[in-house]
Amino acid sequence: MNGEVYEYKNTAYLEYVKKVSPKTNESRSIIDAFFVGGLICTIGQFIRFLLNFTFGLYGDELAGTTSVILIFIGCFLTGLGVYDRIGHYAGGGSIVPITGFANSVCSPAMEFSSEGYVYGMAAKMFVVAGPIIVFGVSASVTVGLIYYIAGLFLA
Amino acid sequence: MWEVVLTYIKAFVVGGAICSLAQILINTTKLTAGKILVIFMLGGVFLQAVGLYGYIVDFAGAGATVPISGFGYLLAEGAIKGAQAGLFGAITGGLSSASAGVTAAVVFSFLAALVFKPKSKLN
Repeated sequence: MNGEVYEYKNTAYLEYVKKVSPKTNESRSIIDAFFVGGLICTIGQFIRFLLNFTFGLYGDELAGTTSVILIFIGCFLTGLGVYDRIGHYAGGGSIVPITGFANSVCSPAMEFSSEGYVYGMAAKMFVVAGPIIVFGVSASVTVGLIYYIAGLFLA
Repeated sequence: MWEVVLTYIKAFVVGGAICSLAQILINTTKLTAGKILVIFMLGGVFLQAVGLYGYIVDFAGAGATVPISGFGYLLAEGAIKGAQAGLFGAITGGLSSASAGVTAAVVFSFLAALVFKPKSKLN
C-alpha cells in the first residue's frame, strides 16, 4: 500500500469515527451535569435549612457542618460503589461538588487499602486530591500575604 | 413560602451552572477530574481574592458553597480575615477555615477504607 492510499483511508476512517460517535452526547452530558450538580447543591441547601432549623447553626459553623455532612454522604456512597455509577452518568455534575472531592479522597483510600494501611491507604489517599490541598493552601497564603502587605500600606 | 422555594431554585441553578461549566471544559479539553477540581478551586480563590465570590454565596447559598469553588472561597476568605489580625493569621487563616472539609475527608475516607471492600470500576 503506498502512502497516499494509506492517508486517504486514514482520513476516511477518521471521518467515519466522527460520523458514528454520537454528537448529541456532548450537549446531553452538559444537561446531565447541570441536573445532577444542581440536585447535589439543592440537597446541600436542604441540609443547611435542617441544621439551621434544628440546631440553630449559622454562618461559618453552618457552612462547615454542611460540608462535613456532604463529605460523609460522598464517602458513604463511594463505599457502597454508588458514587462511581453517578459519576459515570453525570461527569462534571458529580466531580465538582464537595461530594466529588470526598469521592476523590475516598476512592483511592479504599482501592489501595489492600496494599497496607501506611503505604497503601494513607499514602495513596491524596493521590488525586493532594494537588487541591497544595495549590489551595499556596494560593490562600499568597492571598493572605497580599492582603497583609496591602493593609500595611493602606493603614 | 415563595422565598424558601426561591432559595432552592437559586441553589439548583447556580450549582448546576458551575457543574455544567465543568462538563463543557471536560468535553472540549479532555481534562481529568483532578485538574478540573484544581482549576475550579483556584477559580474560587481568585474570585474571592478580588471580592466577588462572596456575592455569589449571598445570592445562591449552597449553590455556591457546595461546588469545589466554594472550598477555594473558604480558603481565600479565611486568609483575608486572618490578614486583618496579623501576619500569622494571613498564613494560617486559609487552612483553618477549610479545616472542617479536609478533616472530614480524611476521617471518613479512613473509616470507609476500614469498612468497605473496594468495588471494581464500571468504566
